[in-house]
Amino acid sequence: MKERKQILTADDIRRALVRIAHEIDERNGGLQDVILVGIPRRGVPIAERIASAIADFEGVQVPVGQLDITLYRDDLRMRGTAAQMHKTSIQPDITGKTVVFVDDVLYTGRTVRAALDAIADLGRPSCIQLAVLIDRGHRELPIRADFVGKNVPTARSERVMVHLRECDGADEVLIERTSK
Amino acid sequence: MTTDSQRRRHMIDLDDVDAEEIEEILTTTESMKEVLSREMKQVPALRGRNVVNMFFEDSTRTRISFELAARALSANVVSFSARGSSVEKGESLIDTVRTLQSLGADVVVMRHGESGAPYLVARHFHGSVINAGDGRHAHPTQALLDLFTIRERLGQIRDIKVVIVGDILHSRVARSDIWGLTRMGANVTLCAPPTLLGQHKYWLHTWPGLSISHDLDAAIKGADVVMALRLQKERMQAGLLPSLREYTRAYGITPERLAQLDERTLIMHPGPINEGVEISPEAATSPNSVIEAQVTNGVAVRMALLYRLAG
Repeated sequence: MKERKQILTADDIRRALVRIAHEIDERNGGLQDVILVGIPRRGVPIAERIASAIADFEGVQVPVGQLDITLYRDDLRMRGTAAQMHKTSIQPDITGKTVVFVDDVLYTGRTVRAALDAIADLGRPSCIQLAVLIDRGHRELPIRADFVGKNVPTARSERVMVHLRECDGADEVLIERTSK
Repeated sequence: MTTDSQRRRHMIDLDDVDAEEIEEILTTTESMKEVLSREMKQVPALRGRNVVNMFFEDSTRTRISFELAARALSANVVSFSARGSSVEKGESLIDTVRTLQSLGADVVVMRHGESGAPYLVARHFHGSVINAGDGRHAHPTQALLDLFTIRERLGQIRDIKVVIVGDILHSRVARSDIWGLTRMGANVTLCAPPTLLGQHKYWLHTWPGLSISHDLDAAIKGADVVMALRLQKERMQAGLLPSLREYTRAYGITPERLAQLDERTLIMHPGPINEGVEISPEAATSPNSVIEAQVTNGVAVRMALLYRLAG
């Protein structure tokens, strides 16, 4: 039996992202060197929403890029099939800039590790930060987020599902438990 | 997305590749092209994998293209040609493959003069086999790079009109392009002298959207793509052609025919070119020509395939 529970509503998601937008602004005192880099798929629309929140209250358009990490994963061999790739496009040059990675869920930390390798091949940012909508714990690497929408204690057997208008038709975060 | 059980191990011909998979390969190719546009043209996807290029026929561009592709994915690459190898001492193809296997090859990229040789190799090799051209049979990576180049330039493949002109009979490129283009919904006209066309009745039956012409001037009217094939000069000695000059007059992409083409019609050629025979220098270097783009895209297409097979 699979049991799903909603842990964030559309309004909760909106508020969390606006708060993250303010925190990014605060932390980086002005935003002239900040680039938001979404990790496909769902990190990309989240990055765009954070940028539009920043535009609303600061009147500044922060650049948004996306970074595909498929070719940098450490579990390529463990998966049955070669994962379908996404596009990488980041403008302007990241060297000397503050890059903020944006993803939906932080879990083992392996995606972020791959993203750190991938970004290093594109240039040398002066600083890299991490923003996630959900931190569900269970890190396997020494990685932490700078900006978190919501900390959700989970068991490894549970699934956290982030649904976004852009990819899934509606905004909500669900947790799925499999009970026997 | 393909699941584990459907995962492709070899790429020998496009006859067993459906439109959906071709589409996935072309999408992956776009990502690989972005990697190649970086200053740092290397990603770690195939780190620690061994790719062996086994070429029993001469090749410059295909071999270098595969080498660069494998290196851009961080694989270890070894290339060997039959000349100077144990093949000259009489080692059989199967023995050679078993040796490569024992040496730890994960992927064998092979070109061979005999049609079907890669199937034999695939039966005796536990890794992946990529066909880089076998006899008159197939050259799937060339067809995929042609498809990618067409889609990149024209925005679509479905319903476009492609004329393939030249030595269809001996051309593995033509064979693979026919499979790929018709699978993706293009209309393909083969244009050749009757002696260089082969069993065309059989082909018409196999591929919907395929037609035959012996009149290039008529065929190129309204064409979106005109693809010339290399004419091997030996064909003349075999009595299949009266003379090169006559061939050029009837089937060459001459400056006169270039002038008849729409400005957005693509001119393609798998290379190497016999300038002045199947294609004039004016046509090969005209704004219509995408011959250089084909070569560039070849590396990205081969990266996509290596990644999908061995990644």
